Amino acid sequence: MNKQILPLLGVVMLIGQTHAQTLINGAGSTFDYPAFAKWIEAYGQHDSDARINYQSLGSGAGQKQLLNQTVAFGASDAPMTDDAMSQAPGKILHIPVLAGGVAIIYNLPGSPKLKVDSDVIADIYLGNITKWNDPKIGVLNPGLSLPALPIVPVHRSDGSGTTFICSDYLSAVNPMWAKTVGIGTSVRWPNVGVGAKGSEGVAGQVKQLPGAVGYAELAYADQNKIPYAEVKNAAGNFVSPTPASVSAALANAKIPDDFRFSMVNAPGENAYPIAGASWVLVYQQQQDAERAKKLVAFLKWAVTDGQKISATLDYAPLPENVQRRVLDLIGSIKY
Amino acid sequence: MNATTTSGTIANRKAAGGHFGDRAFKWLTLAMALVIFALILLISFELAHGSRLALHQFGWRFLISSDWDPVNEKFGALPFIFGTLVSSAIALFIAVPISIATAVYLTELAPLWLRQPLIMFIELLAAIPSVILGVWGIFVMVPFLRQAVFPWVQKVLGFLPIFQGPALSGFCMLSGGIIVAIMIIPIITSVSREILRSVPGLQREAAYALGATRWEVTRIAVLSYAKKGLFGAVILGLGRALGETMAVTMVIGNTPQIVASLFAPGYTLASVIANEFNETTGSLYPSALFELGLVLLGVTVLVNATAQLLLKTFAGPAMKPQP
Repeated sequence: MNKQILPLLGVVMLIGQTHAQTLINGAGSTFDYPAFAKWIEAYGQHDSDARINYQSLGSGAGQKQLLNQTVAFGASDAPMTDDAMSQAPGKILHIPVLAGGVAIIYNLPGSPKLKVDSDVIADIYLGNITKWNDPKIGVLNPGLSLPALPIVPVHRSDGSGTTFICSDYLSAVNPMWAKTVGIGTSVRWPNVGVGAKGSEGVAGQVKQLPGAVGYAELAYADQNKIPYAEVKNAAGNFVSPTPASVSAALANAKIPDDFRFSMVNAPGENAYPIAGASWVLVYQQQQDAERAKKLVAFLKWAVTDGQKISATLDYAPLPENVQRRVLDLIGSIKY
Repeated sequence: MNATTTSGTIANRKAAGGHFGDRAFKWLTLAMALVIFALILLISFELAHGSRLALHQFGWRFLISSDWDPVNEKFGALPFIFGTLVSSAIALFIAVPISIATAVYLTELAPLWLRQPLIMFIELLAAIPSVILGVWGIFVMVPFLRQAVFPWVQKVLGFLPIFQGPALSGFCMLSGGIIVAIMIIPIITSVSREILRSVPGLQREAAYALGATRWEVTRIAVLSYAKKGLFGAVILGLGRALGETMAVTMVIGNTPQIVASLFAPGYTLASVIANEFNETTGSLYPSALFELGLVLLGVTVLVNATAQLLLKTFAGPAMKPQP
C-alpha cells in the first residue's frame, strides 16, 4: 500500500510546490456566483499566483463569514446594516462590483409584449389587481386585448437578493407596500399567489402556469426565453431590462461616500427602475499583506477588464463615473 | 433434562462474566447505541442554544402566533406546524392503503415471476432524489393535477370545506401531500412486505384448513397477526413525511397561512428553514429559524409518542393470532 501511495504523494507535493499560490477565500451572494466563476477562470491566466476561491452560500452567509473573519472577502446583494457593521472588528468597505436588473416575467397566451408601471406591479402582489383584463393594466397597453384570466403572482420563497431589489423598488414607489411589507431578502408576502424556491422555481412555475407573473434576474429570463415586461421608469418612459438600461440607472443613482446605496427607480431617460448593485465586502485594514496585495489587484481587474466578461452574462457594466470612484475606494485598502 | 443442563451452563457462563471477546462485543455495541443517544441530545442542545434569543423574545407565543414577518422581526410558528401536520396527514391517507395493499399483493397473491420486478420498481422509486421528484412535480404533476384532477375532485367532493375555493395555481397543500405520499410509499411498502413475509406459513395453512377463503386468510391469519408491525411501518413513513423538505417546498406554494381548503398554498416547518436560512441576517431572525427546528423536533417526538400510545391502546399485544 505505502509503496503505491508514496510516489503519488510526492507528485502531489511537487505540484503544490511549483505553484506557490496565494489563496484568497471569498463567500456570499448566489447572484454574483456566475460572474465570479468566469472572473476566477479568466484571472487565472492573468495572474497564476493568485488562487481565488468563491463559495456561493448566500449574501447573509457572506456577511457572517466576513464578520467572523473566516474569509478574505464577502459578497452581498444587500448592503450591511449599521447594526451588523458595529459587530465588525474593523472598518468594512462596500465595493460595488456588479449590477443587475430584475425582470418582471409573465405567462400570457400569445406572449404579447406587456407594459407595466410601479402601481400595477405593487397592486398585483398586494392582491388589488386579480385579473389580467383589469383596466389599470389595459390603460398602459392600449393595443392589447388582455384575457379575463386570473393573475397568479409568484414570488421567491427562499431568501434572495432578487427579492431584496424587488421589495426595495416597490417600497420606493408605493407607500402602501412600504407600510405593509417593507424591504428584505425575505418579506411577509400578502397571501395571494405562491412562493417558489429559487430563480429556477419561479421561472418554472411562471412558464407552466398561464396567467402567472413573477420576477427573476434578467440573465435567467433571457436564457430561458421567458417574456418580460417593459417597466415605466422615473422619467415616465417604458424601458426593457438590458445591461445598458441598468448601467444607465447606475450612472444616475445617488451614491454616498460609504457606497451603501440603492439604485431602484433611478432618474434618467433610459434607466431601468428595478435594479440593484452587488458589493464585495472587505476590511479596510488588511492583516496579511501578501494576500491583500493580490486581492486589491484582483478587485481592480474585476471592476475594469472583468466588467467586459460579466457583461456577457447580462450583468450591467459599471459606468465610467462610478468605476472611477470604485477604483479610488479599492485603492484605500491598507496593508 | 437436556434443556436444564444447557440453561445451567449458560447461567454459569454469565456468572463468570463470559469471555473477553463477549464482553468487548457487549461494550462495543453499547457504545454504538450510546452514540445515537448522544447525537440526539447534542442536536437538541444545539437547537435550543441557537434559538435562545427567539425563545427569550417570544416565549410560548411563538407556538400560537401566525405572524411571520422577517422585515419587522415578528415570528410565529403556527402556520408552519399546521402545514407540516396537514401535508403529512394527506400523505399517510394516500400512501397507507396503497403501500399495504401492494405489500399484501407481493407476499400473498402475486405470481412468483412478477414479485422480483415489482420489488425492484418500488426500490427504484425510493432511489429517486427528492429534488428530481420536485422538478417533476413542478413541470408534470402539478399541471396534470390542476387541469385534470382538481376540477374533478371539486365537482364530486366540492361540498366538503377542504375541497372548496379556487385551485388557481395547483401549488397547494394537496400537491404537497401527494408528493410526500409518493416519497413514503416505498418505505412503507418495503417494511410491510418484510413483516408480512415473517408471518409463519402455518398460520395460513391453519386458516385454509378451516375452510377460509383467500380474503379471509389474508384478513384473519395474516393482517391481523401482523398489525403491530404494519403500524410500525406506517410510523416510519410518518417520520419521513414530517421531515420531508425539498420536494414539498417545490410544490406546496410556500405561503404561511391557515385555511381549510387543501387547494390553497401552505408551508411546512422544514420548508421554511430550507428556504430562508441561507440569507438570514441579524441575530433574532436566524434564532427564530433555529426555534422552528426545535419545534419540528418536538412535533416529530410528540406525533411518534402519540402513535405508540394509540398502538398500545388499540392494537393489543403483538404477534398473537386472534381466534
